[in-house]
Amino acid sequence: MTSEPATRTFPSPFDVPAPPGAEDWRRLYPEYYLFSEERRDFEESKFWFFDGLHNPEPIYPFDAIMTESWWVFLNQFLTRVWQVPPASGIDQRLVNGYLYVSPTTIDDPAEIEQRVPVFLERAGQYYANWDEIYDEWIVKAEDCIDRLRKIEFEPLPDLEPIETVTSVRGTTSAWDIVHRYDELLENMHEMACYHFELNMLGYGAFMTFSDFCKAAFPDMPDQSIARMVGGVDILFFRPDDEVRKLSRLAIELGLADAVLDNDDPDDVLRAMGAAEGGDRWLAALEEAKDPWFWFSTGTGYCHQHRSWIDDLTVPFGAMQGYITKLQAGESIDRPLDEILRERERIASEYRELLPTDDDRAAFDETLALARKVYPYVENHNFYVEHWHHSMFWNKVRDLGRVFQAGGFLVDSEDIFYLHRYEVHEALFDMLTAWATTNPGRPRYWQDEIAERKRIMEKLRAWAPPPALGKPPDAVTEAATVMLWGITTDMVEQWLDAQGGNGDADGGPAALNGFAASPGVAEGPARVITAVDQLDQVELGEILVCPITAPSWAPVFAKIAGAVSDVGGIMSHAAIVSREYGLPAVVGTGFGTRQIETGQRVRVDGNEGTVTVVDE
Amino acid sequence: MNAAVAHIRWLEECDASSASVVGGKCASLGELISIGMAVPPGFAVTTHAHDAFLTRHAVRERETELLQAVDYDAVEEVTKASERLRDLVEDLELPEATAAAVRDAYERLSDGDDVPVAVRSSALAEDLSTASFAGQLQTYLWVEGADAVVEHVRRCWSGFFTPEALSYRHRQGIAAEDARMSVGVQQMVPARSAGVLFTLNPVNGDRSKIVIESTWGVGEALVSGEVDPDRFTVDKVTLDLLSTVIGNKQVEHRPDPSGGGVVVGEIQADRRSLPSLSGEEAVALARMGKAIERHAGQPQDIEWAIDADGEILVLQARAETVWSQRERPPTVEKKGSALEYVLADLLNR
Repeated sequence: MTSEPATRTFPSPFDVPAPPGAEDWRRLYPEYYLFSEERRDFEESKFWFFDGLHNPEPIYPFDAIMTESWWVFLNQFLTRVWQVPPASGIDQRLVNGYLYVSPTTIDDPAEIEQRVPVFLERAGQYYANWDEIYDEWIVKAEDCIDRLRKIEFEPLPDLEPIETVTSVRGTTSAWDIVHRYDELLENMHEMACYHFELNMLGYGAFMTFSDFCKAAFPDMPDQSIARMVGGVDILFFRPDDEVRKLSRLAIELGLADAVLDNDDPDDVLRAMGAAEGGDRWLAALEEAKDPWFWFSTGTGYCHQHRSWIDDLTVPFGAMQGYITKLQAGESIDRPLDEILRERERIASEYRELLPTDDDRAAFDETLALARKVYPYVENHNFYVEHWHHSMFWNKVRDLGRVFQAGGFLVDSEDIFYLHRYEVHEALFDMLTAWATTNPGRPRYWQDEIAERKRIMEKLRAWAPPPALGKPPDAVTEAATVMLWGITTDMVEQWLDAQGGNGDADGGPAALNGFAASPGVAEGPARVITAVDQLDQVELGEILVCPITAPSWAPVFAKIAGAVSDVGGIMSHAAIVSREYGLPAVVGTGFGTRQIETGQRVRVDGNEGTVTVVDE
Repeated sequence: MNAAVAHIRWLEECDASSASVVGGKCASLGELISIGMAVPPGFAVTTHAHDAFLTRHAVRERETELLQAVDYDAVEEVTKASERLRDLVEDLELPEATAAAVRDAYERLSDGDDVPVAVRSSALAEDLSTASFAGQLQTYLWVEGADAVVEHVRRCWSGFFTPEALSYRHRQGIAAEDARMSVGVQQMVPARSAGVLFTLNPVNGDRSKIVIESTWGVGEALVSGEVDPDRFTVDKVTLDLLSTVIGNKQVEHRPDPSGGGVVVGEIQADRRSLPSLSGEEAVALARMGKAIERHAGQPQDIEWAIDADGEILVLQARAETVWSQRERPPTVEKKGSALEYVLADLLNR
């Protein structure tokens, strides 16, 4: 064995030790989510990479509903609905609480052949009727959100209200909670279905155009492709637009100081309330908030990323920046007309450069389809992850308050330490106690949660390796490249990085990633690993983060460039950076671990490199 | 002498239609000036002047006589005829009127001091349609003083009779009495950096790219292959700088301090691996190349220089000849619908 040339590989998922003190982490999750002897051969033959893009932190037991949800509802569309010819599902496992995924493709030509007619018939129907289907999709999504809004959890009463009797409804508060909790879970899964109903077809159409462009023009930058397809009327810029409007209104009403002088949002609200004309501003704020402030400060996939509607720190902080700019006579508008003009110019110039009329026909067809699907690709995040999921997490909190009121949880937020199945158990525990008026077992839950808090603390301090298992010869699987931004080169880099001392200490002075937005910028780094650190970002700094979320957009008005650990050219950081004309490199793998706040770094958004240029 | 038969013509008076009078190179420089490009000022010694010289001294008759019996397959015979013709030309004075016109134009170019100029032959347009006219072209750099300019015009004229030029005209069936050349005289650019630019990727023919090679000093070190140049790739559509590869530039060509010509000098170690262009300059060059290509209507091969003040100057622009003459294969097979393109893409990944 020692004489054989070493085949480079990632650690086996079975050989990853638990962090000391967190050996018992598996009890937080269902059995099916874990690597196991039962599936060992299969699991060891696969390539697993860390999904830091959507889940940079260990997953709270309750939050697993999000990942489990796409585990089923995304994959079903790939394999059972559209039967995308070369795609098997994207599998998932948890390691030390972190999510690892493994997308695979079908290699057998005969099997692919069989799937083709099914795909053509089914996907064809959706593409042919895309605009109507997308309009209908918005109706379904908004209806789903509307039903979610109506799900309410209230503490159990000592005595049923008289209406239970007078209405002769037969059901009770206990039944309401059971029923509504089921409704809540169903609602989440329903939205997940809608999420993935159009997702894969949308990305597939975009990829087709992208691949055509790269075949015609080798090494064509991804950002050129995105600039030809992307629209400007994107919902996830809308919250930021609302903040700009409120900034203008504050100046118009002579109330700019109420925003500028107060860093705490509550103080701003108080100052506005006390000022003459402040009521107009407050009314405008209320108007903007629903739905535009249902805007997660994270990806929306994790409960701890609160949305603006719950925490006004981010939008109010941005407002200070906009007001300062406006007062200095600067423009805060996005150059929409120019972006649109550029989009047409770029497309027509590339088109002209194509060699044949057939190619121009293919360019027109694939660009038209990519543009047709793109409103969904760009806008669905707002409906799904922001508006719906933010509201969903708040509903779970409401249920947490019911547990707290019933003496079962110390803090309503503790509910997230229980898996959704366990919530059923806890619920019945509480309801039996309520119904019988005898003791339940709240201590059992409270002790378990205390233990889980301790375990998760240890898990959070652990650094998940970027990949596990058998590396592929080449990364070709569409979702891996497109959604997660993982390339063959990146896998090589990871292998190189672990070839050293196994961690990233004293790593190289240059990091490589995707050139996501053109330009070069240099400045002091600001490493941000959690959304509550965002207010530390200062003008002219280079933002270095694991990922960004759309709601971070206001921060982009301050920074000189952006670097992220994960994400491809369609990641939020990439899109927002292009919109703001900032150089960005995404998917560097180790940016937040190799760069320190204050170090001088150079971001080259043309080449996709980040260099520490420290004196 | 009226304009139609003038001995010299200023570059800004040249355009595509004057190619038969000033040669392809000077005609294209005139075109570049007309679309607003910065071109080092200069003038062409016209084919009329050349014609007058050949006629006055009966060089044509001598040429016809000497070449009559030449077997073009016998290299030594062509060489011998070439030597005789070149000796003849080099013994002759320029006609007084031509010499006076050249001196006068040079004085105007110099504006007092003797400005260094490049003296180059500018071949006729019909010779430019293929790449195989090598041997007709002479280039003399850093020529200073009116006498030296007149002398180098004559050297270019002498170069009209190189064996390669004679063979070339024979192959092309160009009769001696129809053949003539022009000579361009242009201010030298004291180049900080210089190089070439292709309005396509010369490696794979990709027309969405502009590739620039650049080195320190005058471009000759790069053209002759003495240095490993810096290479910049710019997207032609978005003008984003896509890649920068810094070469190891060991030497540069500089004006000979003792006057006349250039010398090869070693580049200091710490400067060899510094980029000879900034990113902004590469993009400005690409923008320039894109405009020239658009005007010419086909991919271009451009020589350029940047002076000490950072001003970009075009030294020459001509049609790219390698990829432009190849057939371009289609990118994809034509399909009936967008869906079929999606399917093909899924299956080809």
